[in-house]
Amino acid sequence: MEQKKYVIRQISVFSENKPGRLAAIAKALQEEEINILAFSIAEADGFGVVRALVDKPKKAYEKLSGIGFNVAFTDVIAVQMKDIPGGLYEIARILGEGKINIEYSYAYSGKEAAVLILRVDNVEAAISAIRNGGGTLLESSMFQ
Amino acid sequence: MFWNEKIETLKGKDLEQLQLKRLKWTLRQVGSVGFYQQQLKDAGIRIGEIRKLEDIRKLPFTRKQDLRDGYPFGFLAVPLSKVIRIHTTSGTTGKPTVVGYTRGDLEAWAELIARNLTMVGLKVGDIFQNMVNYGMFTGGLGFHYGAEKVGLTVIPSATGNTRRQIEMIQDFGVTAIHCTPSYAMHLSEVAEEMGVELATLRTGLFGAEPWSDAMRGELESRLGVTAFDSYGLSELFGPGVAFECPERDGLHIWHDSYLVEIIDPASGEVLGPGERGELVVTPLVKEAMPLLRYRTGDITMLLPDECPCGRAQKIARITGRSDDMLVIRGINVFPSQIEHVLLRIPEVGSQFMVYVDRVNHLDEMTIEVEINRAHFSGELADLSRIQKKVVKELRETLELRTTVKLVEPGSLPRFEGKAKRVIDRRGVV
Repeated sequence: MEQKKYVIRQISVFSENKPGRLAAIAKALQEEEINILAFSIAEADGFGVVRALVDKPKKAYEKLSGIGFNVAFTDVIAVQMKDIPGGLYEIARILGEGKINIEYSYAYSGKEAAVLILRVDNVEAAISAIRNGGGTLLESSMFQ
Repeated sequence: MFWNEKIETLKGKDLEQLQLKRLKWTLRQVGSVGFYQQQLKDAGIRIGEIRKLEDIRKLPFTRKQDLRDGYPFGFLAVPLSKVIRIHTTSGTTGKPTVVGYTRGDLEAWAELIARNLTMVGLKVGDIFQNMVNYGMFTGGLGFHYGAEKVGLTVIPSATGNTRRQIEMIQDFGVTAIHCTPSYAMHLSEVAEEMGVELATLRTGLFGAEPWSDAMRGELESRLGVTAFDSYGLSELFGPGVAFECPERDGLHIWHDSYLVEIIDPASGEVLGPGERGELVVTPLVKEAMPLLRYRTGDITMLLPDECPCGRAQKIARITGRSDDMLVIRGINVFPSQIEHVLLRIPEVGSQFMVYVDRVNHLDEMTIEVEINRAHFSGELADLSRIQKKVVKELRETLELRTTVKLVEPGSLPRFEGKAKRVIDRRGVV
């Protein structure tokens, strides 16, 4: 499937909300020389999920699991945005018109462009909608 | 004031004769319970050997676990058709403990409550608000029928909606209340917030959980009541087993209805007056569910008999438990019940820790449980769903709202010897 190249593996790490947990994750990744391209923390009642796009997801998964963390892979997509006013609107409009629901998202602004990382309810439909709507998806090979 | 002066002040030979007669009746009554037939056979005891009160020491104990094994009707000594009410209380694991009552049992129970209410000075004309659960919990209906028997004006307000409770106290001119001491404290605070003075209140009956003398002082000054301690357990009918008289120096445990021993919980050896140990009770008037030497798990001691009020047989206020049972907002909770719930939820592990705190005078129980590694999807929403599921399942089993914290797999302490899973930070008693 040609769309598959746009599906990016995010690592999701279960973490209690207490001091030192992010440091433990970051230290482990550093030890394996894994680079974090983007990340976010989602917090609920006393616990959270650390979500990260890394250059070596499999290695990150093994390392973090090995030291006791509960890790899962989650499929996300990355959309390039123009780093100008209205850049986010352009992408959000495409998704809205395509009736794609965003479960969560986070973004980073790099040298080349701004990138929006999306977890959606239907990955395939989202990829089609973005491509048909004129948006630019980043291939997973660019990260991993 | 006495409800039944003759019985309440019975002493010496007359009392002994009555107790022995009733003990013998109880021994015949348990004869139709399979558990006791077997237990007495195993112990090699014929009921004819029990000729005097002290002979009761020859009998084996009955434990809460035994009642659980008899679930649901294994301890009934009468046909179910003679049982006109069933209550339950928390069991040590998934199944509750079932208690049945014949018409005679309900009358005997109401009589004991009537004695207690009269003993603390309540009489026709008093307006009594019963602020405890009216369901399977024995506190609601137990007090209700006893209070009606005395002829009090009873308001079966049950639990919840504190503002409405306060409005009723004010509007109906309530003179006496019954609730848990922690709820009474909460009530006083809400009344303060509302700027309401509960001027008509005079008497507070508090029970179902241990409370200190400091708490008594606080409740009396905040609510303007004289506070009395109430003791009971569903297995022995419910509340009303023992109660403070106006002297408030120990609780009279009704000597015509309950034969009392204090034992060393470890060795089972019977202790003397003034020695603290576990309360063991042989009820003398229970028809539907007679019990022999029932281990209550409550720690107390026998006090000297002479009381200025004229009644006898007193125990000290309960100071703790011989087992790991917790009392949370008046509800009994065994850690084994929590484990039992967790075992049937695959998304979480079976290790857990329990923290008990008192927040604004109300007990709060927090349970930490590990997420099961295999069930982590990576989604926060799934974790929240698991958390809610655990809260819901615990509420259904414990009948108690708890806070559940999901923690990382492997992060809770593992115990090799005796598990210490409960951290009680309330610091009472």
